[in-house]
Amino acid sequence: MSVKSLDNPYSEKSNLAHGAGCNCNSCNSNTVQTSSLPQNEEQIVNRVVETSIIKALFGGNDVKRRQFIKTVGESTFKAALLSVLPMGLLQSCANDTKKKTENGGATAKTTSKLEKTTLNIGFVPITCATPIIMSKPMGFYEKYGLNVDVIKTAGWAVARDKSLNKEYDASHMLTPMPLAMTMGAGSVASPYVMPAVENINGQAICLHLKHKDKRDPKQWKGFKFGVPFEYSMHNFLLRYYVAEFGLDPDKDIQIRVVPPPEMVANLKAGNLDGYLSPDPFNQRAVYENVGFLHMLTKDIWKGHPCCAFACSDEFVKTKPNTYSALFSAIIDATHYSSKLENRQAISEAIAPKNYLNQPASVIAQVLTGKYADGLGNIINEPDRIDFDPFPWHSMGVWILTQMKRWGYVKHDIDYKKIAEQVYLATDCASKMKEQGYEAPNITYKKHYIMNKEFDPSKPDEYVNSFAIKAI
Amino acid sequence: MTEKRKAILLSISLLIGFIIIGELVTGNGKRGGENLTEYQQLMGMGEPQAHVPGPLEVFKLGFKELSHPFYDNGPNDKGIGTQLFYSIARVLAGFSLAVLFALPIGFLIGMSPLFYKALQPYIQILKPVSPLAWMPLALFIIKDSIMSSVFVIFICSIWPMLINTAFGVMSVKKDWLNVGKTLEMGNFKTAFKVILPAALPTIFTGMRISMGISWLVIVAAEMLVGGTGIGYYVWNEWNNLDLSSVVFSILMIGIVGMFLDTIIAYFSTFFVYQE
Repeated sequence: MSVKSLDNPYSEKSNLAHGAGCNCNSCNSNTVQTSSLPQNEEQIVNRVVETSIIKALFGGNDVKRRQFIKTVGESTFKAALLSVLPMGLLQSCANDTKKKTENGGATAKTTSKLEKTTLNIGFVPITCATPIIMSKPMGFYEKYGLNVDVIKTAGWAVARDKSLNKEYDASHMLTPMPLAMTMGAGSVASPYVMPAVENINGQAICLHLKHKDKRDPKQWKGFKFGVPFEYSMHNFLLRYYVAEFGLDPDKDIQIRVVPPPEMVANLKAGNLDGYLSPDPFNQRAVYENVGFLHMLTKDIWKGHPCCAFACSDEFVKTKPNTYSALFSAIIDATHYSSKLENRQAISEAIAPKNYLNQPASVIAQVLTGKYADGLGNIINEPDRIDFDPFPWHSMGVWILTQMKRWGYVKHDIDYKKIAEQVYLATDCASKMKEQGYEAPNITYKKHYIMNKEFDPSKPDEYVNSFAIKAI
Repeated sequence: MTEKRKAILLSISLLIGFIIIGELVTGNGKRGGENLTEYQQLMGMGEPQAHVPGPLEVFKLGFKELSHPFYDNGPNDKGIGTQLFYSIARVLAGFSLAVLFALPIGFLIGMSPLFYKALQPYIQILKPVSPLAWMPLALFIIKDSIMSSVFVIFICSIWPMLINTAFGVMSVKKDWLNVGKTLEMGNFKTAFKVILPAALPTIFTGMRISMGISWLVIVAAEMLVGGTGIGYYVWNEWNNLDLSSVVFSILMIGIVGMFLDTIIAYFSTFFVYQE
């Protein structure tokens, strides 16, 4: 059999005209130098991709190809070709597709070449980051050939800056952050993408014990509240909630940005009357006998998104295989976390100093949903926190409407365009399907926040429908 | 009894008094006891609450930490020795950089009254700026959190050295310079043979102040950017409201700070001379 058709297509010396059944003299004698030929299956696929592209360039005429390369030189030809064609990407696609068909199209694990295997991923120590964190001790990154260090970060401003500085390859972020970063709100504009949501629900409004009797938000005038970041669901949900009770969040209460780890200490010291913050710091306040849980955020918006897995657009484009492997690990981990029976084990895996650095029983109360509310009751709400990777575009649009409503963006924005650019819903859906999970076929749906309907096709009408707003 | 012995005795009795009072006024955070209801268990009644630790608790923890100072449980949990090592390395980097800039510029300012007057307003404005105010700017421009902390140390520790060097150079006695002139020494020779030795004690005082400032700055900087270092260690323990570790690291920060100061003080003894 002739192997010459697999010879280096960039060289004018190789003759690609010999097919598999070639009977010419040079093919019958074993004089071919096999060292220049691809050695394994993956290299063969890569070579075939290169050869067919180059053959097509010269209309299949091998004589013309050899003449041309002889004139310009092999290296010039190769460099010129690679500068216009993403050869690596095409080759890895071909390899992926080949493997997928071999595995019957289901749960194809991408084993194609990873551009980078040692990654740094930032996280803020809260339970929302569960899938990102527990993938490390529970081996989800390893399964996809990645050696990941998860780096604890003091707050979201630092997580954002370290991501922009490329110290992190990807990071745990809040769902509004990649939208804000892409638009340049609060930072330099840098295109960011959010391939997956981490958790839904899982936050709470926690008040100081001295406010036990003030359960009606109308009594909260003059309160000082903490939220973890300006561009956070916490901020937008708290504003929405108090506004529904007739309080203007910019005038009637004070909202301060406080890093989550400092919330409990500030509540204890009386600097804050309450906060809407990520867990475990709500439950920790109960555990330390400082505060009580006024309500869970799932009762404001059932299934609201909270934290996200985000990375730069550049990372996706320049390291497609690494990105894909990482994405697979995150999707797997998110589904693993969404199963209630795994939550106890996860609590113990993420409690040590290297990760959350919190008592395991506090984390377990958050993740299992069986918790003490600080007022003497044991409550059982299995969906206190849940994990669902799908980044609905409609959620992105809602977040943008709230940025607009509270004056974080002043100019007119194309809600759908930004949401679709940043939230990679279709990518996520195909990844989920590829890994054998169910995924929605639509990316927009109506949401109900405190029983008020939000229609993603009418964002401007929605913003204008609120009596209390900052525009 | 000599004065020295009296001082040592007083020191020790102060320490003992402090430990006794400390033990009396602090609790151990225990609450509840046996036979807890499920609600009490969920409220963490079986485990100690966050509390201000007594001295003995801190010593116990210190003993435990110092017997494994270089353990490594992953990127976010390293021993106290490793953390201190990172912090000291950053401080030395920033400080040495500051020395490289401060001494020549200080010399120049001290030698030339014109430069002194021209640069004075800028130095006075930049000197009191807090390290944390520089941090966002540094992060934005340098785009690397470790280099940013080094830069912040540099920019905060340069001023005392600069001012002291200038002051030391300026206050060299006129007589000595005149003696140099009568011996027909060149400018260069005067600078190295007369001015530098005369100014060195003042320069070292500036370096000691700068080193103290660098060590103050690094804790704040690391708390902000995180990752590694003693500042991160404090922040990570505070995260868990573990005040024993916080108090222990305060002690360690103090001890290392004193150690750094002693080193420079020791070097300066080589350059002191009697008139």
